[in-house]
Amino acid sequence: MSVNMFDILGPITVGPSSSHTAGAIRIGLACRMILGQDVKKAKVTFYGSFADTYRGHGTDKAVIGGLLGYNTDNVKVRDSLQLAQLHGMEYEIVTAEEPRFHPNTVRIEAQGADKSVSLRGVSVGGGAIRLVELNGFAIDAACLYDTLIVFHQDAPGTLAGMAQTLSGCGYNIGNLRLSRDRRDGNVITIIETDVPVDPKTVAALSQVHNVKGVVSIPKF
Amino acid sequence: MNIPSIDYLLDEAAKDNQPIWQIVLREEQADSGLSIDELRERVKKTYDVMREAANGGISSEIRSVSGLTGGDAARYYRHLKNRKNLLGSLSARAMAYALGTSEYNAAMGVIVAAPTAGASGVLPGVLLAAQEEYGFTDREAVNALITATGIGAVIATRATISGAQGGCQAEVGSGSAMAAAALCDVMGGSARQTTHAAAIALKNALGLACDPVAGLVEVPCIKRNGMYACMAIAAADLALAGVESFIPPDEVIDAMYQIGCNLPACIRETAEGGLAITPTGLKAKRRLFF
Repeated sequence: MSVNMFDILGPITVGPSSSHTAGAIRIGLACRMILGQDVKKAKVTFYGSFADTYRGHGTDKAVIGGLLGYNTDNVKVRDSLQLAQLHGMEYEIVTAEEPRFHPNTVRIEAQGADKSVSLRGVSVGGGAIRLVELNGFAIDAACLYDTLIVFHQDAPGTLAGMAQTLSGCGYNIGNLRLSRDRRDGNVITIIETDVPVDPKTVAALSQVHNVKGVVSIPKF
Repeated sequence: MNIPSIDYLLDEAAKDNQPIWQIVLREEQADSGLSIDELRERVKKTYDVMREAANGGISSEIRSVSGLTGGDAARYYRHLKNRKNLLGSLSARAMAYALGTSEYNAAMGVIVAAPTAGASGVLPGVLLAAQEEYGFTDREAVNALITATGIGAVIATRATISGAQGGCQAEVGSGSAMAAAALCDVMGGSARQTTHAAAIALKNALGLACDPVAGLVEVPCIKRNGMYACMAIAAADLALAGVESFIPPDEVIDAMYQIGCNLPACIRETAEGGLAITPTGLKAKRRLFF
């Protein structure tokens, strides 16, 4: 098993908890990056231990801070609830029960000017996260690699087209996972690469036949 | 980096008679693609954050986000400044800095989660105190931190550093092992002594429950950081004297994991056992959340 030196000697983060604060910040930030624009309105639902202890751990401030674009080492996370108002972001924090979910689970429904995203994320310890549901699709992304999220139609050749575009631009695919709602329906494909994919290639990817949208999330 | 065992670290170190931190840097460089200088620079930045957090915690009486704790680091630091401390100077400073870091963490200050946020006071507590006492350079402190990271990496690889998985022994015990190794290394201990310092420190935490009041990283976590900083110093001192752990370091780590697997869930961070469900612990929880 391989570990990153700065996961042991780190991460550098606002306290008090790597799982309930640092991880929560990262899920919020991932949501902001997937939305790709400022968050105007957000509904945050905490489950399990997150629901029980979010006030004492500042998990609410953490998620809102992430939605404002702050990473774990940004001290502004502490004041994120006030800063959200200043930036014109409306938010609502609620709790719910869902015994099937991991104890440190949050669902974020975020709206931007002309887009919205529904993301469910899990904080698995030490600041590490997993994104497990996006817009109703079961996904699996840990944001440990540079990640592309491709929204497309389930049609023959679409995946080949994407792979061809990436290889044509010199990128190696490290991991690839598909999730579709039904045959011939909608698909979300998660592609992880060893180096960040440049904007030109992302644009080319979004031109592939049957691709509806591409989001690039650099490793963070 | 991929460091499967303490024995691997020692074997590699013995090959060219290198210190442990050299091996750790080499492994991380191969994995991350970063240069040695870039890695050192990042570790130095980490050390700066540790220093800021420790000082932030002792300089004023801060309160935690929940309001449950705070002010003890400043209280103990005053005690030390007034020369009323019973602990020796090194341990007393380590106690103050470890408490300070942990209180700063509970107040949502920026800390280094090494190995976790809950156990973030031990390593900086010991290293910052030792640097003040013995005056080694920041470069030497960085080497010690890299050594500590090597020990932490082996624990994370062979066992766990998560309280939810292994109880507090996995968090503050690992922090204490890392701190003992850092101190032994920077005070001139051999690679073998450094790993035995870690083993002695970790043995001393075996079986430790993770039973935080109201599920928050405050009671008993903050004081435990201070106490295990002192234990780390004791472990390093023993190792420097030539005392060895009867059970080899890798076997101690494996034992910690095995004990962690056998701990009931109620004392693995769920706040459903131990101190968390004492009458006072439950009262504090009710006051906070209802």
